[in-house]
Amino acid sequence: MSTDTLSNQDDHAHEHDHHDTSGTKLFGFWVYLMSDLVIFGSLFATYAVLLRGTADGPTGAEIFELPLILISTFLLLVSSFTYGMAVLAMNADRVAQVKTWLGVTFLLGAGFIGLEAYEFNHLIHLGYGPDRSAFLSAFFTLVGTHGLHVIFGLIWILVMLIQVQTKGLTDMTRPRIMCLSLFWHFLDIVWICVFSFVYLMGVL
Amino acid sequence: MFGKLTLEAIPTDPIIMTTIAGIVVGGLALMAAITYFKKWGYLWTEWITSIDHKKLGIMYFLVALVMLLRGFADAIMMRSQQMMASGGAEGFLPPSHYDQIFTAHGVIMIFFVAMPMVIGLMNLVVPLQIGARDVAFPFLNNLSFWLFAAGVILVNVSLFAGEFAKTGWLAYAPLSGKEYSPGVGVDYWIWALQISGIGTTLTGINFFVTIIKMRTKGMSMFRMPIFTWTSLCANVLIIASFPILTATIALLTLDRYLGMNFFTTDLGGNMMMYVNLIWAWGHPEVYILILPAFGVFSEVISTFARKRLFGYGTMVWATIAITILSFIVWLHHFFTMGAGANVNAFFGIMTMIIAIPTGVKIFNWLFTMYRGRLEFTSPVLWTLGFIITFSLGGMTGVMLSIPAANFVLHNSLFVIAHFHNVIIGGVVFGMLAGLTFWFPKAFGFTLNEKWGKRSFWCWLIGFYVAFTPLYVLSFFGAVRRMQSYENGDWQPLMIVAWVGAVIIAAGIACTLIQFYVSIRDRKQNQDVTGDPWGARTLEWATSSPAPFYNFAHLPEVEGVDDFWRMKERNGGVAPLSEAPYQDIHMPKNTWEGPVLGGLSTVFGFALVWHIWWLAIVGGIGMFAVFMARIFREDVDYYVPAAEVERIESEHRRRVEADASSSTHATQAGGQA
Repeated sequence: MSTDTLSNQDDHAHEHDHHDTSGTKLFGFWVYLMSDLVIFGSLFATYAVLLRGTADGPTGAEIFELPLILISTFLLLVSSFTYGMAVLAMNADRVAQVKTWLGVTFLLGAGFIGLEAYEFNHLIHLGYGPDRSAFLSAFFTLVGTHGLHVIFGLIWILVMLIQVQTKGLTDMTRPRIMCLSLFWHFLDIVWICVFSFVYLMGVL
Repeated sequence: MFGKLTLEAIPTDPIIMTTIAGIVVGGLALMAAITYFKKWGYLWTEWITSIDHKKLGIMYFLVALVMLLRGFADAIMMRSQQMMASGGAEGFLPPSHYDQIFTAHGVIMIFFVAMPMVIGLMNLVVPLQIGARDVAFPFLNNLSFWLFAAGVILVNVSLFAGEFAKTGWLAYAPLSGKEYSPGVGVDYWIWALQISGIGTTLTGINFFVTIIKMRTKGMSMFRMPIFTWTSLCANVLIIASFPILTATIALLTLDRYLGMNFFTTDLGGNMMMYVNLIWAWGHPEVYILILPAFGVFSEVISTFARKRLFGYGTMVWATIAITILSFIVWLHHFFTMGAGANVNAFFGIMTMIIAIPTGVKIFNWLFTMYRGRLEFTSPVLWTLGFIITFSLGGMTGVMLSIPAANFVLHNSLFVIAHFHNVIIGGVVFGMLAGLTFWFPKAFGFTLNEKWGKRSFWCWLIGFYVAFTPLYVLSFFGAVRRMQSYENGDWQPLMIVAWVGAVIIAAGIACTLIQFYVSIRDRKQNQDVTGDPWGARTLEWATSSPAPFYNFAHLPEVEGVDDFWRMKERNGGVAPLSEAPYQDIHMPKNTWEGPVLGGLSTVFGFALVWHIWWLAIVGGIGMFAVFMARIFREDVDYYVPAAEVERIESEHRRRVEADASSSTHATQAGGQA
């Protein structure tokens, strides 16, 4: 889907000799995502190194609650699907549907963040905050960085809802919805890695 | 109310007080002059809010030159201290001040001199070389500059309020942790580098996309000028390595601000992780600096030898090889940390292998000169000085890459001498060559050759006089970062090194005089044709200074060095643009970039001093300005064809008047 759009808009770009054309924007956003991936890579590496630095505090197996994580994982995965629906609606020029699906995506993402906030709050109340041990520092930072990205994505969804409402589907809003789409799916992929390497391998 | 900030934060050291007084008086005088001549409006519309890549390039270079003076002041204070503090003498700098100076020197020279020079040249040259009208994201380009400026301001504010880090330029943990560095010095380091580093990442993405997506018709990858190639590789390195720096500094920030334990000595922290992470960024960083310098030398040598670069393809592949290899050698910065013999051997061998593609490049430059008609202009002198000096520095680098030798040389003055050998001989020479070479493209007149050559000889001789003694001293056991030393036998060589630093100071003075003389004589040194050197690549195909839209018609390219071919087909003269012209689509200036830079400075300062309310104000302000940008729609406009025609025919008139009044025609033709 996204590659189709990319190549089409590229052709469009060459005709008009424009600046900030959507093809260039999308490509630039891909490159940004790759650089963001390096940040996550650094955090994963740090987590792996500090995994055993529990300093007599709890290990992952003792504090992870997989059922809760499973729910939040599904919230995020379904939100990727609903975002895909928003893009399909955009390609079909159905403004009302775009807004609906963006709204549903927002709610699912907010639910994910709510569960993460609950988990963090719960751990801190048990005395297992990020300052307790190097392992917990790495855990909170890796998962929290992903969470911050999701919060940023939620703000972005709100901005796009306002812009679709006020400006409609234009040459300005369309590439932004596509970029946000890349961002949102990217966060999904990162989360799958968090889920597998942090939570699943943590309790195994 | 003001967090940790009290009046006691203002330093009382007489050296620092004098510096502060000088900066305040100078700054006020400058502002008064701008007000008197009513130039604020001009500065705002023509420079501060400008999205023109050429003007941003000039601003990067200007800031870099100012910071070079500051960084060099640190250097000469260190050399003076080591000259005096022999036999256990105290010298004139107390340890706490000396430690800040060597940290500031490293940070400033790498982040706020070398980086902005490299990025400034990329800004000035790359879009012109690929026949584009601007970069892919002009607003981001302006924002990058102002984020970089925010870092510069924070580093300089640390002189006035509080202190700078005393940790060395990479702020190794756990020394940089809360326990051992409780002051604000490391926090200044953190926020200056974090904010300017994000700007650098954005620049990397911007130029990568520009080069991939915005090349003019016919310019396939293997027809790109070498400077563009080396910039492309440097930008790949920025994209892949600067996020590691961002993450590493963020983790150190969490340790210091939220009491986390990534790099602490207890509760499971691992400071060796810091050293690994920081060098996983730090080693690619040195190639970010040197690759574009290689590009400059390639352009200079083929232009002034009047020959195509020897081995264009091998030059490109050597650059790509270095790009990849630069990511698998970082451990050679800490062979002594205890990774074990096998790991050390791997990284030692990988490091030595880098000498092979670099050697390929050296031979390419030599063979380009061979049977060329080499013209000994100052850019060529810088290039020749580079080839010799950099080769020597490379050899001491190979010595350091032998783990067994490294155990002796680690942390000694040998390391200092080695990296100054490659950074001065490579990056500084390259940037000064690039400055001289492309100056006319930015300003429309050439720099004075006499003072340029004097600068070169001072730098070259000064470098050898200053750093050869350090190689020698290292074999007697002199380590780096000494505020004072017991062994009086070292003093004579320390004095020689000081003399070398003074000779380099003369070189910097020559450059400043060169600017003065060149501006004074700019009428005589005018570059009317836009091609003062008889050069080969597209940036010389437009007028000097280049019009803001760069090219009236986007050029079409059929091979490497295509501007040379265009001149040959046109009777040895650069072809001028022809009517009819079309409207040109250009981006508008942005107030958001400089305001975001200003707010991020406030944000960083507030966090340094734990003034939380101000940090929140700064943060919300940044968000609001960003939103204003997101909702703005009038970000571009069309330059009417008539305006383009007016500018182009003005250029044509000047070229024709010049051609008929003198025999000073373009020097194309001859051998290709």
